[in-house]
Amino acid sequence: MNAVIKSVAYTLTHAPDLVVHAGSTQTTERIVNPESDYLKAITGGLRPFEDVVNYAPNQTYIGGMTPAQLAEIPMPWYENGLPQASRFGKFGEIMPQQELYLLLQICDSFDLVLLETDYAAKAAEEAAKHPMLVELLARAKAGVETAVIEAAMADGAEGLYQDGKLVGCVKKAHSIDENLSAHVILENLVSKATSVISLLNLVKNSGINRADIDMVIDCSEEAVGDMNQRGGGNMAKASAEIAGFTGATGSDLRAFCAAPVHAIITAAAMVKSGTYKNVVVTAGGSTAKLGMNGKDHLKKGVPVLEDVVGGFAVLISENDGTSPEILSESVGWHSVGSGSSPQAVITALVTDPLDKLGLKITDIDKFSPEMQNPDITKPAGAGDVPASNFKMIGALAVKRGELERAQLDEFVTRHGMVGFAPTQGHIPSGVPYLGFGREDIMAGDIQRAMFIGKGSLFLGRMTNLFDGASFVVQKNSGVSPAGSVSEEQVRGLIATALRDFAKSLGGE
Amino acid sequence: MAEQYGPENVVVILGAAEGEASGIAAETVTAGDPTFAGPLTGVSLGLKVYHICEEEIKGLVDADVYEEQVGMMEMVLDLGEIATEMQSIRSQFTKF
Repeated sequence: MNAVIKSVAYTLTHAPDLVVHAGSTQTTERIVNPESDYLKAITGGLRPFEDVVNYAPNQTYIGGMTPAQLAEIPMPWYENGLPQASRFGKFGEIMPQQELYLLLQICDSFDLVLLETDYAAKAAEEAAKHPMLVELLARAKAGVETAVIEAAMADGAEGLYQDGKLVGCVKKAHSIDENLSAHVILENLVSKATSVISLLNLVKNSGINRADIDMVIDCSEEAVGDMNQRGGGNMAKASAEIAGFTGATGSDLRAFCAAPVHAIITAAAMVKSGTYKNVVVTAGGSTAKLGMNGKDHLKKGVPVLEDVVGGFAVLISENDGTSPEILSESVGWHSVGSGSSPQAVITALVTDPLDKLGLKITDIDKFSPEMQNPDITKPAGAGDVPASNFKMIGALAVKRGELERAQLDEFVTRHGMVGFAPTQGHIPSGVPYLGFGREDIMAGDIQRAMFIGKGSLFLGRMTNLFDGASFVVQKNSGVSPAGSVSEEQVRGLIATALRDFAKSLGGE
Repeated sequence: MAEQYGPENVVVILGAAEGEASGIAAETVTAGDPTFAGPLTGVSLGLKVYHICEEEIKGLVDADVYEEQVGMMEMVLDLGEIATEMQSIRSQFTKF
């Protein structure tokens, strides 16, 4: 039987000082043009935590409002915040930077994260009020004097700043190995921590007993390892340890931005085959992508909107007879020989798997491709990414005679939605609608949705090939292992019937 | 390539998804990189540059191949905006 989407969690972590100190646009600028006007101006473009919480696309990502509600708010959304929005939504939360720094220390098993004494105490005090962080406080360490942090900084540590003030650092983990440099350790710890907070929200949302989780797949974009195995991996198991999944193993799946969709296809197949009962697909976010388009944003008078680290976690379980099913029998993939024209890509990802299922493009109620927030991408000259995807899918439906050309705009509105995910590579790729899609299917508003991830493999210089994958989630057929009839039960029923028959023959 | 074959012998064909992106790419191979991000910053090659959806190029391609490779995108793109942007860049910066 097909595996189901049992539960979903989404988190965002506000990291304004990491925008300045760890975002690759800014670290590059610091090397090539250290006195640039951009570096002087960027701090003025950062948003306070309240604005990040009140930002409608962020609220949508954590389930505080629906994509349909977001579409009703006029753009630019950064000018139309939602006053009094909560940092907690039904799918997850928006975490402030101070809690992130404490969580970095909680996630650090090698005493590499130092926090200043007063800052650490304040962070622990705040975390004690957090419904999930409180359980991890025992892992936090005592703070250190500023002089200790400054000494570590002189020895190659990466600074942790709050409002521009040094409040801690991440030390390098090896004297010469670049793969264990402070920069890489910070990047990996942020990915781990933002995965962990997503896992904790998933436990809360699903109510699952943590010991019942068998397997965790991490599909983020960082490489964990040392000079002898640069991408050695298993961020998954490292995160599962902190989240308390004592019965779980783990492994990582990497495929650039397409990794989440590849990972969910893999997890669904693992569960369907009976290898594991409960698989969690998780990803933390990326420090490098913070402020990626900051130059364009500042130039156009837009705040630095790429100020959050994304995260998500999905629980894929045995069929329970109610949760939406992942149709493992026909998933989409862009093959080595598919070709790279947009038409070839959409055919491979959308219509090839639908043809196998005997479905038309218009039979998919909602498509969830790359769900980047257009508030971020439009000022950066990248257009409205989800809208372009819906138009391409609609155009292919026109070419296949499944849609009239005049219906193209209506198709985009009806089968698509506005983008609401941060531009963190793998984070916006297909999965942001999984939470709402699950709800929409269970409420009977839609029958099925298709999730599409795409990846730019050329960035790693190993191939010029494009990549992508897709899967369909559909209303549960209503038959579960618990609801079906076993062989033993059938025997019992036959025996009872025969007994009744015999009795009737006996004239009783 | 411009050095190897001579800039007068090179035609650049773009496939960007909208006018502004087409304009930036076209400006990069004519006046020089307007974003000051890449190796063509400050290098004015002045090359001939077209978008694949412009009539000048479409007319040169086998109709079946064009339909298979570009037909779907032609329905999606704002062809007028792209053509205007491309003509503007060519009239200002193309030297050949």
